[in-house]
Amino acid sequence: METENKNVQANRFPWSQVIGFLLSIVLTFAAVWVGKITDLSYSQIAIIVFAIAFIQAAVQLFMFMHVTEGEQGKWQLGKMFSAAFFAIVIVAGSVWVMNSMH
Amino acid sequence: MENTNKLNTNVPLEYQTETGKLNILGFWIFLGAEVALFSTLYAAYFALKDGVMEGPLPIDVFDFNYTIIMTIVLLTSSFTSGLAIHEMRRNNIKAMVVWLIITLLFGAGFLYMEIAEFIHLVHSGATLGTNALWSSFYLLTGTHGVHVAIGIVWITLIIFQALKRGLTPDTAKKVFVSSLYWHFLDFVWIFVFTGVYLLGMVK
Repeated sequence: METENKNVQANRFPWSQVIGFLLSIVLTFAAVWVGKITDLSYSQIAIIVFAIAFIQAAVQLFMFMHVTEGEQGKWQLGKMFSAAFFAIVIVAGSVWVMNSMH
Repeated sequence: MENTNKLNTNVPLEYQTETGKLNILGFWIFLGAEVALFSTLYAAYFALKDGVMEGPLPIDVFDFNYTIIMTIVLLTSSFTSGLAIHEMRRNNIKAMVVWLIITLLFGAGFLYMEIAEFIHLVHSGATLGTNALWSSFYLLTGTHGVHVAIGIVWITLIIFQALKRGLTPDTAKKVFVSSLYWHFLDFVWIFVFTGVYLLGMVK
């Protein structure tokens, strides 16, 4: 099974963790740069830094947590996609309702 | 409960038994529920943050460089937790424990910095009861901080058990699941850092 081969490469250098770590640091400072240094409007900054946050979350999921690993990898990934959908509905929905209320 | 366990030595220890596989899948489902929990707290903060009239604003009281250091500390602990699992899969329990202890030290450092930050904020007039912005701020960051504290206690106990019993399908599963939890804490913090601290400093 392909998922099993992925699991057995345990004796190598932990590339996925090291690359994930470097990517996370670069993305954190990229978000800080966009938020603090550039002259974009608040909503433009919000869109860009949240896009960066979602990329960073994906780095955690794929490079650190190896979400697709194991026999149930597809279910695990599906669970995380459904959780992301709930999160977006709850947060964006609440903000939308509360801001259009008055 | 262990009766259906069959060993498959081609896969890592934690995936070798049916129980282990189901526990890991179950933990992912738990993490999905945790996403919903943090989403509601996050939604409360974003829905309430612009509707306050008195009390200090985030931009007046946040020390942004301090928060960047907190973020890097937690990020590093997530990385070292990943290295612990890497060593676990090489069956190197000593290196695994060393990385887990480093992970916990970074975690404790993060918690210390967060508590110090809360004390600073309270002295600056931003308390739990100041207004809806700060109530929801403390609820969100506090819930995350409590998760970090629970994770430190949990992983400490797992280290003792792994040292006592060695690496078995059962202990390996516990170490693996706790590392998923630890990565998840950084996963949540990414959004807290971005939405609360970074956007709180904009404009």
